Formats: sequence, C-alpha cells, structure tokens
Amino acid sequence: MAAGTPVEYIKHHLTNLTYGKLPEGYERADGTVVEEATWTMARTGQEAMDMGFMAVHVDTMGWSIAMGVLFLGLFRFVAKRATTDTPSGLQNFVEMTVEFIQNIVRDVFHGRNPLIAPLALTLFVWIFLMNSLKLIPVDYIPSIAHAMGLEYFKIVPTTDPNGTFGIALGVFLLILFYSFKVKGAGGFAKELSFTPFNHWSLVPFNLVLELLALIIKPISLALRLFGNMYAGEVIFILIALLPLWIQWSLNVPWAIFHLLVITLQAFIFTTLAVVYLSAAHEDH
Amino acid sequence: MNINLTLIGQTIAFAIFVWFCVKYVWPPITEAMSARQKKIADGLSAADRASLDLELAQEKASKEMQKAKEESAALIDQANKRAAQIVEASKDDARKEGEKIIEQARAEIQQERVQARDALRAEVAAIAIAGAEKILETSVDAKAHSEMLDKLAAEL
Repeated sequence: MAAGTPVEYIKHHLTNLTYGKLPEGYERADGTVVEEATWTMARTGQEAMDMGFMAVHVDTMGWSIAMGVLFLGLFRFVAKRATTDTPSGLQNFVEMTVEFIQNIVRDVFHGRNPLIAPLALTLFVWIFLMNSLKLIPVDYIPSIAHAMGLEYFKIVPTTDPNGTFGIALGVFLLILFYSFKVKGAGGFAKELSFTPFNHWSLVPFNLVLELLALIIKPISLALRLFGNMYAGEVIFILIALLPLWIQWSLNVPWAIFHLLVITLQAFIFTTLAVVYLSAAHEDH
Repeated sequence: MNINLTLIGQTIAFAIFVWFCVKYVWPPITEAMSARQKKIADGLSAADRASLDLELAQEKASKEMQKAKEESAALIDQANKRAAQIVEASKDDARKEGEKIIEQARAEIQQERVQARDALRAEVAAIAIAGAEKILETSVDAKAHSEMLDKLAAEL
C-alpha cells in the first residue's frame, strides 16, 4: 500500500478522501504554497484536518448516497410491482423487512404518525447497507481507488463520525420538530422545566438536566454506531497487517461476528430513534 | 475524523431518503401487504363458511333421506293393507255372489217343483175324473163336481 510502517498504514486507512478549502498562504505537503483560498482534494491527513469545517468527505458522501439509492431503488422496484397474490422471493424479502420494522414501531411508538414507520425502515436498511460495506476486505476498494489516483479512500460511511452524526442530527431535528408540534412551545418548555422534579425552586436544575438529556440523545445515537463500526474497522485493519497466511484465521471469525454487529447496530439505532421520537410525541 | 460539511450533507441525504421512502416506497408495499392479508382472511372465512354449508347440506340431505325412507315405508304399508282389504273384500263379494246364486237356484227349483206339482195335480185330477167317469159311466158334470175335485186334488 501507500504506507510503509504499520502506524502509517493504519492512519492511511482511517483517513477520508477529503475535498475542501485550503486557506490563503497554506503550505501544502509537497512544499508549495497556496496563493489564495482554493477548493481542492487533500493530499495528506494533515491537509484534510487543516481544511476545517469547509470540507467534504467525498468517499463518505458517495458511498452513503450509493447505499441509500441502492436501498430505495431495490424497494421501489419491489413496491412498483407489488402483488397481492403469491409474492416473489424478492418481494417476500422486502415484506419481511417491512413487517419487522412495523413490529418495532408498533411495539415502541405510541403515537399516530405515518412518517415514523418509513423513517425507521429507511434508517434500518440504509445503516445496515452502510455497515455491511465493512465486510469488503479493507484493501480492495482503497487499492482500486489508489490505482485511479485517489490517495485516501474509506468506504464505510458509518466509520466516519460525520456520517453517523449527520443521521443523528436528522433524527434530532425531527425530535425537536415533533416536540414543538405535539406539545407546543409552552408544553415543551414546561416538560423541560418541571421534570423530573415538579417544584418551582428546582426549575433551573431540571432545565439543565433535561436539556442535557435532550442533547445527549442524538450524540449517543451517533457515537454508539460510530464507535462500534470504527472499532471493528480498526480491528480489521490490524488483522490485515498480519502475515497473509494467518489472516484468515482471525479475519473470518471477526467478519462472522460482525454479521451480528452490523445488524444489531442498525437495529439499535433504528429502535432508539423510534423510542426518542415516541417520547417526543408524548404529551403530559 | 474531522467534523465538516459532510455532516450537513449526510443530514440532507438522510432527509431526502426518508422523504422518498415515505412517498414512494412505504405506501405501495404496505398496501399490497394489507390487501393480501385481507384476501387471505376472506379466503379463510369463505372456506369456513363453505365447510359449514357443506355440513348443513349433509345434515339436510340425511334428513330428507330419512323422511323419504319413512314415507316409502308408510306407502308400502298402506299398499299392503289396501291389498289385503281388497282381497278380503273380493272374497266377501265372491261369497255373497255365490250365496245369491245358490239362493236363486233354490228359488227356481222350488218354483219348478210347485209348478210340477200343480201340473201333476191337475193331471191326476183329470185322470181321476176320467177314472170316475169310467166307473160311473156317467159323465160327471165337471162343473158340479169341481169343488169336490179340487178338494181331492188338494189332498194329493
């Protein structure tokens, strides 16, 4: 690979393909100085970091959108030719997934909102597909990308905190939206101020507690998924550093174990998102 | 591991995916599913109903059969009785007819006997008169002696 030492190899594998804005007067890795602020592809991890917020992880975006399109394409394909007669194998599979989600939502969500179930379906299948990219051996896609002249390439969007936080942010906005919609601004403020201790003197304390609890919801969602996926990825990369003849003995069990983790994490993310949204719908 | 615009991009992608799923993916699939559910439930209840109907029909058929059997048995019984009656009646008729014929024959015989006796009597009377004439050698006035002669004839 492009890197020699194990540390460099690992670092290399954990760096995203970043397209961003370099500030004026920035000295690039090869010694050239950027004369004015320019949008360009980062050549090193340091450059990517120095781009700050004005940068996009092209690989994360690309693969997550690809997985989303794959999911919607597949399901739309089935939805278009959905028959009420004996379903074909693919339709059966899709219906099983839909039913699985319906059951989760029925068990967990106590409000009435036609958006929640399809939202949960999207979350579950999309995250599952993004997670399962991890089962592709760590060097395959980056090698192809390298051959095409791209220095960094990280294919699993859920090992990028931007990916998981992006989804969690979406869920958080929905939580806020429905909290305001169902409870009204006053009701929401009241809930934040008078729980868990219903006494006026404890309002500030309640407020701090509840706001923290509110903000922690998307953070816990995002960090849980990211942490699990990232840790798994690091292990895969470490295994890839072993001699070729022994790799399979660790790689295979870890991959099999990850079949479980991938599904479980997608499931947990989905269920918790539904739980949070359900809480947002509860009017006291 | 830098937080950057990808975050926003991901949120937007998420929102678009959810919108698409809500609008174009979820409704047709769940509709097809619930429609099939209804179809299956209908089919099952129809099957239930059909088996119930069958049971009822069977019950009815066996009842009808029973009734028909009873009716036919009654009919046969009646016919037998009637036949016996007819036989009895015809026997009776025959006997009566026979008796009547015998009676008639008897009456006829009686009548013929009476006639024969009368004829015989008359003849005997005539013979007696003739005999008496011969004996007396006088003519007997039939008219004068008719009373005596009739008495005689009655004695015969």
